[in-house]
Amino acid sequence: MTSSDAIVIGGGHNGLVTAALLARSGRKVQVLEASDTLGGAARTEEFAPGFKVSTVAHLLNQMHPDVIKALKLESHGLSFGKGVSPTVTLSENTAPAILHGGYGDRLDGVSAGEAAAWKALRALLLRQTDILKRFLTSPPPKIGSLTRKDVISFGGAGLALARLGRDDMREFMRMILMNIADVADEHLSDDRLKGLLAFDGTVGHHLGPRSPTSLLGLYYRLAGETAGEAGAQVLPQGGMGAIAAALAKAAEAAGVSMRTGAPVGRIEIENGRATSVTLESGETLKADIVVSALNPKTTFTDLMDVRELDIGFVRKLRHMRMAGNVAKLHLALDRLPEIDTLTPELMAGRMVIAPGTDYVERAFNPAKYGAFSEHPAIELTLPSLSDPALAPDGACVLSAVVQYAPYHLREGWASGKVKFLERVLERLESTLPGLRKTVRHAELLTPVDIETRYRMPGGHWHHGELQADQMFVSRPIAGHAGYDTPVDGLYLCGAGTHPGGGVSGLPGLNAARHILTREA
Amino acid sequence: MTTWDAIVIGAGHNGLVNACYLQRAGLNVLVVEKNDWIGGAAVSRELTPNYLYSNCSYVCSLFRPEIMRDLELPRFGLQVVPYEGGAVFTQDGDYLAAYHDHHAHRRDFARFSKKDAESYDRYARDVTRQCRFIQPLLLRTAPDPASFRPRDLGELIYLGRKFGELSAEELALTIRFWTMSISDFLDEYFETDVIKAYLAISGIIGTALGPMSPGTAYVLLHHYMGEVDGSVGAWGFARGGMGAITKALADSFRASGGTIRTEAEVDRVLIRNGRATGVVLADGEELKAKRVVSNADVKRTFLNFVAEDELPDSFVKSVRNFKMRGSSGKVNIALDSMPEFPALPKNSPCLQGDLHFTDTIERMERAYDDWKDGRWSADPMLDIVIPTTLDPTMVPPGKHFMSCFSQYCPPKVEGREWTDADRDAFAETVISQIADYSPGFRDRIVHMEVRTPREIENEVGLTEGNIFQGELTFDQLLFNRPVPGYAQYRSPVHGLYLCGSSTHPGGGVMGAPGRNAAKEILRDLSRPVKDMSPAHDVI
Amino acid sequence: MGLMRPALLSVAERKAAQGHIHKIKFDTPFQPRLDALMQTHEWYDWAGYRAPHSLWSEELEYFAIRSQSALFDISPMVKYRIEGPDAEAFCNRLTLRDVTKLKPGRVHYTAWCDDSGHVLDDGTLFRLTETRFRLCCQERHLPWLLDGAFGFNVTICEETEEVSGLALQGPTTCALLKAAGFDGIETLKPFDIRDFAHQDGTVTVSRTGFTGDLGYELFIDTRRALSLWDRLWDAGGPYGLRAIGYAALNTARIEAGLIVANADFITAETALRADRARLPDEIGLDWMVDLKKGPFNGRRAIEAARRDGKARFVLVGLEIEGNVPADQAIVYHRKKREVGLVTAAIWSPTAKRNIALATLERPYGDSILNDLWVEIYALRELQYTRLMKRAKVVPKPFVKLARRTQTPPGDF
Repeated sequence: MTSSDAIVIGGGHNGLVTAALLARSGRKVQVLEASDTLGGAARTEEFAPGFKVSTVAHLLNQMHPDVIKALKLESHGLSFGKGVSPTVTLSENTAPAILHGGYGDRLDGVSAGEAAAWKALRALLLRQTDILKRFLTSPPPKIGSLTRKDVISFGGAGLALARLGRDDMREFMRMILMNIADVADEHLSDDRLKGLLAFDGTVGHHLGPRSPTSLLGLYYRLAGETAGEAGAQVLPQGGMGAIAAALAKAAEAAGVSMRTGAPVGRIEIENGRATSVTLESGETLKADIVVSALNPKTTFTDLMDVRELDIGFVRKLRHMRMAGNVAKLHLALDRLPEIDTLTPELMAGRMVIAPGTDYVERAFNPAKYGAFSEHPAIELTLPSLSDPALAPDGACVLSAVVQYAPYHLREGWASGKVKFLERVLERLESTLPGLRKTVRHAELLTPVDIETRYRMPGGHWHHGELQADQMFVSRPIAGHAGYDTPVDGLYLCGAGTHPGGGVSGLPGLNAARHILTREA
Repeated sequence: MTTWDAIVIGAGHNGLVNACYLQRAGLNVLVVEKNDWIGGAAVSRELTPNYLYSNCSYVCSLFRPEIMRDLELPRFGLQVVPYEGGAVFTQDGDYLAAYHDHHAHRRDFARFSKKDAESYDRYARDVTRQCRFIQPLLLRTAPDPASFRPRDLGELIYLGRKFGELSAEELALTIRFWTMSISDFLDEYFETDVIKAYLAISGIIGTALGPMSPGTAYVLLHHYMGEVDGSVGAWGFARGGMGAITKALADSFRASGGTIRTEAEVDRVLIRNGRATGVVLADGEELKAKRVVSNADVKRTFLNFVAEDELPDSFVKSVRNFKMRGSSGKVNIALDSMPEFPALPKNSPCLQGDLHFTDTIERMERAYDDWKDGRWSADPMLDIVIPTTLDPTMVPPGKHFMSCFSQYCPPKVEGREWTDADRDAFAETVISQIADYSPGFRDRIVHMEVRTPREIENEVGLTEGNIFQGELTFDQLLFNRPVPGYAQYRSPVHGLYLCGSSTHPGGGVMGAPGRNAAKEILRDLSRPVKDMSPAHDVI
Repeated sequence: MGLMRPALLSVAERKAAQGHIHKIKFDTPFQPRLDALMQTHEWYDWAGYRAPHSLWSEELEYFAIRSQSALFDISPMVKYRIEGPDAEAFCNRLTLRDVTKLKPGRVHYTAWCDDSGHVLDDGTLFRLTETRFRLCCQERHLPWLLDGAFGFNVTICEETEEVSGLALQGPTTCALLKAAGFDGIETLKPFDIRDFAHQDGTVTVSRTGFTGDLGYELFIDTRRALSLWDRLWDAGGPYGLRAIGYAALNTARIEAGLIVANADFITAETALRADRARLPDEIGLDWMVDLKKGPFNGRRAIEAARRDGKARFVLVGLEIEGNVPADQAIVYHRKKREVGLVTAAIWSPTAKRNIALATLERPYGDSILNDLWVEIYALRELQYTRLMKRAKVVPKPFVKLARRTQTPPGDF
């Protein structure tokens, strides 16, 4: 029987980060990935002959600098390529509003007054995000037994808040649980910008812009930085698979042994301690510790005997909400769509179809009742524009995040998928007339497809709703926040743990740091 | 010309509570009321001969017993009678009932799901635990977390200590209550639609949120933190209608020497050198006072009664940003006999409680979707009570008064003002829903009063017809209510105070804002508050 | 593994059940007989049922337990049926004791805890067959049991109304049952279960009870229940059979040192105050915690609490000077320091001692046993007499009777 110091289950970005960091401490680390390629939700795949796309996440906007530094990712091939991409609002009726730099530090296409209002709002949100940021890079505090570090974190946040001055402090405590629609209304008047905020606050969450707490979604996004700019994004060269490749190289350099096509069937537990894992093939691998980058529900209810866990724990775990709402659309196009209002440089960025708060809210309404949006909100990119290798000569790849597409579709996705694809294509056609004629192949991944293809329960890219009651001290579940589990020697390091999903590497980083202190 | 020690604008329950405490502390207080009747939203009026309605608020639980006792309200005729349970009628012809008796309650829930019936105990325990946590905060002024005054620090330490006493499990529960939707919250306990729908009602009443909106779990708590004679979460009827509360308050006020002037609408607050010096009435009459206390909501007070240049810009902006969204309407019905509900067993005690026809959370949420689009709900969520089953004195023998609270009902209809035709069409959605479950209902109607947010705003003066004088979301609770930095009943204008539901702890016929404001005013006067009994112990 | 949930009622069944509200307090099937025997009209509410506090005399009813045969209706006890291939594994994960050691046809007294190791309830677990169990207890736990069934091939049904029960307790009960046609009953050892024929069905008899005396509990399908009462009653005359109420039973159970949930301790799921919940070690149930078996609910927390010395309380038996029962009295050390509370107290008619169950804050009752006092406020003709009486920690049970365990039992 082979034996390692640590086994990391799941070769997604978080699993790779944890594995690399554990290996760098001198441990013998084995990564086990079920699918044939590493990367998890960060991957580039061919979806039509000659057409490649980032099939799950398609933008890099949160990879944390600490992760990049700790793993020296830049020396392993991570590149922000041509730099930060703009965001453009798209609609059939109005000219685009254009956000340059880090979440619109410069705006085009809006009135001077609105640009000033945006500037003030953006600055306010970034100041508030700064207060929260410090909590991203350390394990969530354990209620009832706060450590010195926790107290310092909270104290630091309090001080930073106080340093902002009384007005900011009050405003922060007023706004923190607000909905994004009201925040936008309080500051802005341009529906294009409000719609964009509405989309960015809710994308990936089961919330509408009028749902209280939806501002947290925007904070989470703004807490990310890319190429040193807060809230910025890039389309990486080679797609998100290139990120996975850089992580894999870093892991390899650290001495991690990685196996693909090795799905884990079971985590073996003896006397309350994880001792080994058994692959679906029947092979058993021993390890001193086991770290799971998988979804918490999968880890505990599929991979181990539940009697090793307490009833209350399993109850909370099963109540963790993780029904995804986002579909992913990939189009192989004969040629680049024509958008006469946009330069190629702008078309190479992020384009968002969310013309107004009400539009997004109405898109959300049916999702509450298990139906998809009649008029979905869409974030689209044309990655082959800046990376021609992704498509055959002259052709074009369109990648879109489409919301809302509830995992629990009442009519079932078997019949619903075709209907929803039609809705999405109609929506795109009305904004980009002529687009449909150029579609050579269309692939729509519903949350159910994402669940089956990428082993993400509920097709939820955060491994569980990232709402106020399921974040920070309550992530993955209250009473068991952080990376420890009730089973000795078993840890979590995936998006289901603090701070949550997105290609940030933070859960993996925090988990590794935590494990290194625990198992020193 | 008299210079009053204090003028209180508005003879609603909070204004009167405030006036009573001030008068009893030795101040010479005048209450001015724009209507020719008093009571604000706690009022009983006879709009058709011999029938007394509870025109606005209709049930009583939140009114603080400390206030009833301090102001001797029983001596002035106040009596609150607890009512028995309630029921939701289901679309399949059955009903779900809630009873006072713990086991009868469980047995009825068990008809739908034995698991849910037994889960109810854990649910009730969690709600009660959280109410026990919040109750002591009701009669305290919220601290300003951005202030370093010893008093605020002291209150913050008190709050911190209270939080510190919570176990990890309880703190997690607190986070859940403050951030979750009532729908998600109930999903953790229950599996049956109708049971969840019944319990979710308290999470949305009075609020412009649907049961699937985060934050509604807190709204539920807000409705549970009251009591009737120590029975936490119980609701009752005031004998003689809700106006009996304000009537007793007014009588108590007058008995202690206070003066009330009705038909005295305030046009503006007189301000001299940044200090409130009285009010000007709509007819131009000036009334002088050393301080002015407004029971009107924060928007009405500062956007209507005070000139904008008297206030800091940031304050005006905050007041404008304060969310007051009318979300409900009401139909008051005089009935010539007791309506029949064939789904209920004969003489069911549920008829004395609250009745509903919305048997799924989805119907409730869809009702909210209508509101978001600026329409009253086509399939509204009704909260119906027939107080005359327990208080026959409001009507002639054998007759009844039915109060139908209806949600959702927008402050404007698709962006335009309400018309009388809209109002009648709104009433029809209410009546037709009742008639579906009560054959012959229409024939029993003697008289009807229909109140949309328009009527609520025009008569009672609640901006947009919001019954809580402001949404009960976290951004407008505790130290955020009504405006951060001004959550201690004072305002940027010296001597101008707020005492209505726009202030902590918020809406409902609770009286706590009025009392807390009085305490702050007396503190500014350095007067002892000896006539204010301490908040009841929660042990 | 799918979780099998009891099916929800159909609309018609639901509507048929509406009538329950016409009677706020439920009757057990034995109500006609209890009504006929009821002299004192002292009823109380037992979990929604009208149950007798006493029938004709609290004091004399007690002596029926200790000298003859006493019949007590235990139908309101909450009962759950746990059935399926994984029933043993499920019960073993749920409860503190090792269920693999519980053979079919046996019953044991056990308890179960939440994740923090706090006791949710105590009760009796009947192993009716290899794959079928019945859990009897005071509080309701269906959600906990169903949630705990996730991952187990097991069905769980609440069957309180479907199954009725009678406790037959006292020195002549074995003889009585023999006379009533329960052939071979004398071979039943304590905690044995056996089915006997009754009418066209069976009655399940266990040698168990809540009195510390010789006795049996009989469980039967509610539809056949009334005739079981008659069968016992018809045979009972010569054995001095009497029906009794809870007051008599309570005296007997205190003598036997048996605790009652939500009287001697607060169950974890009902506690409004988080600090009221108790570990098994804090209520005298530490002996149940079987660390030799595999994982069970609360194990990690209990082990951690033991490691960190977090058991703050101890439940003890007290013998108190004098003859005035010390109900709800405060326990003091050196007459000054408050160290605990008496939860149940009686003058024991059998032991002729003044006894009590009390919860003390460790180390009192644990390592400090001397100089304990109870403060008794005796209300006599509208005046309190305050007594400060010496209390001694004594082993439980206060009354130990050889006939409880003797097999075969004597013919009296």
